[in-house]
Amino acid sequence: MTAPPIIKVRGLRNSFGEQVIHDDLDLEVCRREILGVVGGSGTGKSVLMRSIIGLQKPDAGEIEVLGEDMIDRSEDEAKNIRRRWGILFQNGALFSTLTVAENVEVPIHEYFPYLVPPLIDEIASFKIAMSGLEPEAGPKYPSELSGGMRKRAGLARALALDPELLFLDEPTAGLDPIAAAAFDELIKSLHGRLELTVFLITHDLDTLYTICDRVAVLADKKVIAVGTIPELLSLDHPWIQEYFNGPRGRSAAISHKEPVEA
Amino acid sequence: MWGISRTNSRCMAGQEQIAGGSRETGDGAGDTYRVAGALTITRAATTAREIEALQDPLTIDLAQIHKMDTVGAWIIYRAVRDRRAKVIGANPEIESLLEQVGEADRPVLIHPEEEGGLFRVLDELGTWMAELGQTLVGLLGFLGATLIGFANLIKHPKRFRINAIVQRFDVVGVRALGIIGLMSFLIGVVVGQQGAVQLEQFGAEIYTINLIGRITVRELGTLMTAIMVAGRSGSAFAAQIGTMKITEEIDAMRTIGVSPIEALVIPRLIASVIMMPLLAFFAMMMSLLGGGIFVWLMLDIPPLTYVQRLQEVIPMTDFYIGIIKAPVFGFIIALAGCFQGMLVQGNSEEVGMRTTNAVVQSIFLVIVLDAVFAVFFSSIGWR
Repeated sequence: MTAPPIIKVRGLRNSFGEQVIHDDLDLEVCRREILGVVGGSGTGKSVLMRSIIGLQKPDAGEIEVLGEDMIDRSEDEAKNIRRRWGILFQNGALFSTLTVAENVEVPIHEYFPYLVPPLIDEIASFKIAMSGLEPEAGPKYPSELSGGMRKRAGLARALALDPELLFLDEPTAGLDPIAAAAFDELIKSLHGRLELTVFLITHDLDTLYTICDRVAVLADKKVIAVGTIPELLSLDHPWIQEYFNGPRGRSAAISHKEPVEA
Repeated sequence: MWGISRTNSRCMAGQEQIAGGSRETGDGAGDTYRVAGALTITRAATTAREIEALQDPLTIDLAQIHKMDTVGAWIIYRAVRDRRAKVIGANPEIESLLEQVGEADRPVLIHPEEEGGLFRVLDELGTWMAELGQTLVGLLGFLGATLIGFANLIKHPKRFRINAIVQRFDVVGVRALGIIGLMSFLIGVVVGQQGAVQLEQFGAEIYTINLIGRITVRELGTLMTAIMVAGRSGSAFAAQIGTMKITEEIDAMRTIGVSPIEALVIPRLIASVIMMPLLAFFAMMMSLLGGGIFVWLMLDIPPLTYVQRLQEVIPMTDFYIGIIKAPVFGFIIALAGCFQGMLVQGNSEEVGMRTTNAVVQSIFLVIVLDAVFAVFFSSIGWR
């Protein structure tokens, strides 16, 4: 791809006290791709995402998102960039005192307060429908939703402002295989329709095979490799080999090489 | 003229055009709305207003659009749906976007429906009464379960968790000494000061000592301690047990065969029942100390006179009243705290609510019981 990358991380260093999470980490995410980020527990996948979206101030390094330098931006400037991305946190992070529909409206109210309420309600309605939720879910509170519905509601809120960039933190964790597959489908179709770039943290091998264009592997405090799954398989890093060629990896690979036609 | 709004999105290739809509009035056959540039959420309000103002039958020309988001598509879709507007010049991408928002056109209720007026008041009142009844029954049931737990422990004294109890002694009692001491000292000072101001008018400052002595020993020492323990320990009991319920620790205990009543509730109950009288005694002494220092400094009554006078004016029954109430209050506080903790289910929000309930409930019950005690003790002649 010749277009400039949508996310560019250079020499990132993160540490908590003595413990160094990232050291001299580089990563580029291309426009319009779905990048899966994998790595063992504790390799700092979530910390990487938090650094990119500005929730975690790195010790050193450069982070560029949508062509803008993210380090030490003023709150006003950062706001303009934040408008252009959507984030789905691991457990949805829905505001528990608001209904699902009100949750979706929060970013719209924040950035476009002059829109008339009926239009905002309509926008929230079709975002909820686009995220695959039933209309009945709109007036419900997050505590009344199942795990899968909560993720969809979180996705509806992330999509509220038609972001160019979508961050997903383990979107299929804790979902049953059917719901997880449906969520993968949803992300894939939204990605195709809405021209999204997706940064996706996952442990789900099926998700990697089904929807990711490229996969970045986090290990040894760095991104040790980025590429398509066949490219990664040709490397002989022990963790990568074990990850993709372990029993789970192989069964996921088989099921995606010979898709069962209905 | 039609307002032209600038888009501020600097995205994509960085060569956004200024988008604007223009109207053409056809030969008596309605209006044509022509938009150019980017039709996104940034200019949604303007676009919606512009389309609103046009005459039917409407034609929308999208040939000049080079960027559209779902909100823009929604506004166009809405015009097509409601006013049968004709869309021309849409490229395949825009067509597909229009199709998508069309598919997602399912009205969603934003807020839960609520009954209005009198019906709602009645509904809430009914719910509230039902909840109150359930809580009382539940509390009674919990009391029963606790007593059964006690009986089991007496039958099998080896299951008695002495370490847990001693640990609670520390948390409920020893660590509360600082704050209860300070609070009681200040209460002694305040009672003395307020009393002195009023009694001075009759030249009866010396009776300030009667006031301090009797009110702190008989009432305030125990009551204020109970309120402090409810806020400090009752809430902690509810929060600890509630969190353990959420993390399924209580279920794990049950499946292993450990009774949560024996392991969690009884140690807390015993600790509160034993610690409350000790803390109440400590509170009484600190109040008397506070009052004593006040009368010494402000009324020039020397400490020796103060102590002598206290001995004369405080009947032993006052002390008994104060101390007898304390373990009962401790029991109520621990019971309400543990009960509310056990009621937690579902999410972490519930822990906060139950903790609040525990404190409110225990303070309320303490004050009700205090009134009952007051009537009872006066009627048996302990005045």
